[in-house]
Amino acid sequence: METEEQMSWFKRIKEGILTPTKEKKELPEGLWYSCPKCKHVVPNNDHIENQKVCEECGYHERASSEEYFKIIFNDGKYLELDADMTSGDPLKFTDTKKYTDRLKATQKKTKLKDAVRTAVGEIGDNQLVVAAMDFAFIGGSMGSVVGEKIARAIDYSIANNIPFLMISKSGGARMMEAAFSLMQMAKTSAKLSQLSKAKIPYISLLTDPTTGGITASFAMLGDINISEPGALIGFAGPRVVKETIGKDLPKDFQTAEFVLEHGFLDFIVNRKELKQKLIQVLNLFKK
Amino acid sequence: MATYLDFEEPIKELVEQIEQAKQIEEKSKVDVSKTTKALEKKLKEVQTEIYSKLTPWQRVQVSRHPERPYTLSYIKAITNGNFLELHGDRTVKDDKAMVGGFGEIDGKTYMFIGQQKGINTKMRQYRNFGMANPEGYRKALRLMHLAEKFGKPIVTLIDTPGAFPGLEAEERGQGEAIARNLIEMMQLTVPVICIVIGEGASGGALGIGIGDKVLMLENSWYSVISPENCSTILWRTWDFKEKAAEALKLTADDMLKNKLIDGIIKEPIGGAHANPEEMFQTVRKEIVTHIKKLEAVDSEKRIEERINKFCDMGVVVEPKVKAPRKSVAAKAK
Ligand SMILES: [Zn+2]
Repeated sequence: METEEQMSWFKRIKEGILTPTKEKKELPEGLWYSCPKCKHVVPNNDHIENQKVCEECGYHERASSEEYFKIIFNDGKYLELDADMTSGDPLKFTDTKKYTDRLKATQKKTKLKDAVRTAVGEIGDNQLVVAAMDFAFIGGSMGSVVGEKIARAIDYSIANNIPFLMISKSGGARMMEAAFSLMQMAKTSAKLSQLSKAKIPYISLLTDPTTGGITASFAMLGDINISEPGALIGFAGPRVVKETIGKDLPKDFQTAEFVLEHGFLDFIVNRKELKQKLIQVLNLFKK
Repeated sequence: MATYLDFEEPIKELVEQIEQAKQIEEKSKVDVSKTTKALEKKLKEVQTEIYSKLTPWQRVQVSRHPERPYTLSYIKAITNGNFLELHGDRTVKDDKAMVGGFGEIDGKTYMFIGQQKGINTKMRQYRNFGMANPEGYRKALRLMHLAEKFGKPIVTLIDTPGAFPGLEAEERGQGEAIARNLIEMMQLTVPVICIVIGEGASGGALGIGIGDKVLMLENSWYSVISPENCSTILWRTWDFKEKAAEALKLTADDMLKNKLIDGIIKEPIGGAHANPEEMFQTVRKEIVTHIKKLEAVDSEKRIEERINKFCDMGVVVEPKVKAPRKSVAAKAK
């Protein structure tokens, strides 16, 4: 995503850093990133350069598949798999909008084909297959494309004996594909059972947010389950749980820290240390 | 007092007329058997007529009919009472919303597992409305592994409005429990049949729904979400539940058409609740027939076919020409 346009903004922002707050406000919107947690303000490009992690409080802003690929793969180089796969509309689904129109509009807006991208590349001196979800695409929801691309990425791992990393980031099922969506939970789990039988390592990274059918299938099935600080992880959404119990939820409910404490994660990793940690894990499996 | 759904009004009237005729006969000793017979014939016709063209939403209503038989009734009838219920997940507790145990059909042992709804207000609470906690899914998995160890086929009966969305369920890993069942069920070495007998709501249903044969009763439903919740999310109100039920294509017919299930089990005239005994016998026959066929297949092959079946589900669009996988691998290096 590092376009020339952004680069020229970058230079101006660097200068802007020293200007007093009053003048900052006069700058065009989108130049500054204000941390939603601690309100710390930094130039947008510094924030991006910092892998979208707040330098003050460590808050992790949601990152895209492209950003994760750039972080993980050596020199940001990778080969994308099944890049042209798009959703069908098997149910001819229409709610307030036709599903096909919703897909087209989202594709145009996000420049993405669907809610997951899969790629293979090098990390340290290991090969790694990575499937990374994009929350920007209909909330990262899982329809047939998400299930099929993940399934094929796992096939690729098995065929080439390469470890698999899943980066989950999704609100859950894609309602417009109804039961087709539900069965992607089965499909991905089926493939993971084969990966497991082949004794190829599977690392699952659960990022903000990982809920619903994603948590109830591949996200929780890693040989190693890891997450980023503060990520929301759960099966039912917090609003639904709150309605069910009719009480306020504990403050840290369904955070990565809460899920770690309850025994469902191996560790939490800061995004800035992600690559190094992954290499460590991959090497441990290898040696 | 029997319960009737709004569209069952004509059935209710006929049933009442038959009752009246019988009462008159008893009191006045006048022979009205001709009238009763005619009325009974008419009742069958009306039931058949109404049930032959139910809308998706009406089927959802039938699937939740308060007199519709639940899991334990099926198991007890199918096994002729030769059922030993087994309890607990061996870790936290015994989940009353998920039941299971060994049962016998024709001198052969099966493992039965399913969500259980309550038959009255008190029992509905006790059974948590058929919404299992993680312990329920873990108990189910424990029983499946027990069956696998001793080579017994598994039958799961699905009837749930969803996995329980509670605080403790989250603490104890509802998502992980369901996910674990999905991956483990894929590799079970014994035959598995899953039958949706009522409501098949989302991951809570799928959590015991991975089988060599997945069947649905004629008036059950299976989807990623209930029509009411779908309506709430997409239209911000419950009012579009009928529309949502149509859109979700959640009926047995639609699920079979979309190749998301393997077959449909016919219900008696007027639905399972109109003649539970007949329903039980039909389900029993289906189980015996399917298990016999499945047991004839080598277990490795059965697992492979199970996996392939689920992997074929989904509709995607791709450009025709696709680079072969191996060359892609070479390029990556
Ligand atoms: Zn901050």
